[in-house]
Amino acid sequence: MNIVVCGKVIPASSVTIEIDPNTKRMVRKGVTHELDPAAASAVEEGLRLAEKHGGTVTLITMGISEVTIGIRNALAMGATSAVHILDDAVAGSDTLGTAKLLAAAIKKQPFDLVICATESSDSYSGIVPGQIAHFLGVPPVTFAKEINVDGTKITIKRQSESGYDIVESMLPALVAVSSGINEPRYPQLKGIMAAKKKEIKVYTAADLGLPADQVGEKGAREKVLTIGRPPKRQAGKVVTDEGEGGKQIADFLAEIKVI
Amino acid sequence: MDFNLTQEQLQIREEIKKVCKEFPDAYWREIDSKKDYPEAFVRKLSELGWLAALIPEEYGGTGLGITEASIILEEINHSGGVATVCHAQMYTMGTLLRHGNDEQKRRYLPKIASGELRLQAFGVTEPNAGSESTRIQTTATRKGNRYLINGQKIFISRVLQSDLMLLLARTTPYDELKDKTKGLSVFIVDLREAKGKLEVKPLDLMINHHTNSLFFDGVEVPAENLIGEEGMGFRYIIDGWNAERILVAAEAIGDGRWFIERAAKYASERIVFGRPIGSNQGIQFPIAKAYANVEAADLVRYQAATKFDRKEKCGAEANMAKLLASEAAWEAANACLTTHGGYGFAVEYDVERKFRETRLLTVAPVSNNLVLAYLGQHVLGMPKSY
Ligand SMILES: Cc1cc2nc3c(=O)[nH]c(=O)nc-3n(C[C@H](O)[C@H](O)[C@H](O)COP(=O)(O)OP(=O)(O)OC[C@H]3O[C@@H](n4cnc5c(N)ncnc54)[C@H](O)[C@@H]3O)c2cc1C
Ligand SMILES: Cc1cc2nc3c(=O)[nH]c(=O)nc-3n(C[C@H](O)[C@H](O)[C@H](O)COP(=O)(O)OP(=O)(O)OC[C@H]3O[C@@H](n4cnc5c(N)ncnc54)[C@H](O)[C@@H]3O)c2cc1C
Repeated sequence: MNIVVCGKVIPASSVTIEIDPNTKRMVRKGVTHELDPAAASAVEEGLRLAEKHGGTVTLITMGISEVTIGIRNALAMGATSAVHILDDAVAGSDTLGTAKLLAAAIKKQPFDLVICATESSDSYSGIVPGQIAHFLGVPPVTFAKEINVDGTKITIKRQSESGYDIVESMLPALVAVSSGINEPRYPQLKGIMAAKKKEIKVYTAADLGLPADQVGEKGAREKVLTIGRPPKRQAGKVVTDEGEGGKQIADFLAEIKVI
Repeated sequence: MDFNLTQEQLQIREEIKKVCKEFPDAYWREIDSKKDYPEAFVRKLSELGWLAALIPEEYGGTGLGITEASIILEEINHSGGVATVCHAQMYTMGTLLRHGNDEQKRRYLPKIASGELRLQAFGVTEPNAGSESTRIQTTATRKGNRYLINGQKIFISRVLQSDLMLLLARTTPYDELKDKTKGLSVFIVDLREAKGKLEVKPLDLMINHHTNSLFFDGVEVPAENLIGEEGMGFRYIIDGWNAERILVAAEAIGDGRWFIERAAKYASERIVFGRPIGSNQGIQFPIAKAYANVEAADLVRYQAATKFDRKEKCGAEANMAKLLASEAAWEAANACLTTHGGYGFAVEYDVERKFRETRLLTVAPVSNNLVLAYLGQHVLGMPKSY
């Protein structure tokens, strides 16, 4: 089975995110990056399926050169190879542009299953997986909390508010996995060393056959008009318990229609 | 010299940090209070291959250098843990690797690499021979195709957490030797087979170090377990000293960083007389000074490690790194304890535990006085001082 995992490499959780006031984009250059924990779960799921059914796991990521460390991390976990979409021209891509590029990169190799994380941990729009599925012309199966593959059929448990639905699809398909679907493995030291020798293919937008005006800032259909801080939180209400604190809280909750 | 870490070395540091996060302060605190062995931690490191970093690939390890190995141990201590619990599983096999024969290496190294066998005890020190190792009295007497071991060792760590132990024993009486550094031999003792003839008595120490007194009463060791040539054992042990010193220096640096980070944080948060205590020079400067000393020691550590990995002579650098790093860590420990005031003595702050742990590094595996003696005599050419 040829499994492709789309995973984002994002500023490390220890980094304080800054927004460039001119481009209104997150400052990523020169910032320490790591494989998005959500993407690590997607990689883990791919590895488990490949271990069970045989096959390869290819990580595809789009990002600046700082993301190499995250690619190496996925390779150290056990991914077979990786594809890096690296091109100044794709800077400023919106979700649509991102999905076009990722889909084009996926199509460059045979694939049976594409695994995404439901949403990234830095921008979390949650739109990209559906868009990729559209460009690939395969069914998107989303919010998976468990995946089973049987021949050419995939069955997932789709998380719902009250429990889960069972969803089936033929392969090829795209699955978006929920956070917490698994506990991603730590790379073994041998895996880290072996990752050095694995191939990372680098593509530009042109390599993927996408004209410059369809990707990057030029191709973006969304425009960030302004960026602001959320309004300051109002001072809270302090309830002093003089015997009927519980009632006061209940009254307050009723007032704001929580109960 | 250029000490910028490679991508791979940076990645090793990040990965080991992640693994250590699973074993937070509370884990180590509990192990310490119960004088337990951190079995879960050591098993995890073994499973992930971290303790096989120095074992060549052909024997199932990763064949990395002392630089990488030192980064691993440094980060364990930096994260709040204590690498001494497993560092010996990493480097004790060095004696076997350098001086053992093919058969011995094939028999033991792959299993040590996988963690199936633990070789993390090395018996050198005796009640009458600490710093002066050439004075050891435990004897190995050849009887046919085996040796019989008799005598006593002290401060031998992790014997109860090992399957195999390297042992330095006397094969020629001291008085019969012209060259007093000869006459000692190194053996691989299979502890699982020594039961009944080897008594292991745990020692109660200031730190939780799994250290014991050993009493050998005719322990039998097959002659094939002799490493290298009979009588050359002391030479073989010296060959491992530089590696050990660099690794211990890195552990001390990890401790130093831990103390400085904790101290700087606490100094910025604790308000006394209406302002953070860190705004007083009396608190701030000792932390800053310890920081400078840890960083300086770290440079010498990388110089030593780089030379070691290039197979250049590094005795002076390795010894200086161990000296400077253990002293800088101890300075940082004191600054950290002072900064925490009374809370530094409270177990739940972990400062007192790390304080006790880091103090060892100035004394063992070699006392800093002996390091100075080495520098004075072998580097500066002064007369032997002992
Ligand atoms: C006008 C505009 C300009 C922007 N400029 C930039 C910019 O210059 N640089 C920049 O990094 N971002 C930029 N962004 C943000 C960018 O749109 C999103 O980072 C990107 O499209 C992914 O969106 P998301 O993280 O919300 O994806 P989600 O939909 O939350 O992601 C879901 C999943 O899709 C997959 N996925 C998403 N993105 C990637 C990726 N890059 N590689 C591999 N898999 C992926 C992963 O599986 C991920 O878990 C810009 C956005 C706008 C609107
Ligand atoms: C927790 C712990 C774990 C240990 N684990 C092991 C182990 O696994 N295996 C093992 O073999 N050993 C182990 N040791 C022993 C350790 O290596 C010795 O304690 C150390 O080498 C010092 O020897 P000693 O204690 O006999 O001190 P001594 O040799 O008695 O020295 C006492 C003091 O005198 C100083 N001194 C002695 N001679 C001179 C001189 N000429 N000039 C200046 N100063 C001098 C020393 O520096 C020291 O400060 C361990 C020790 C401890 C505390």
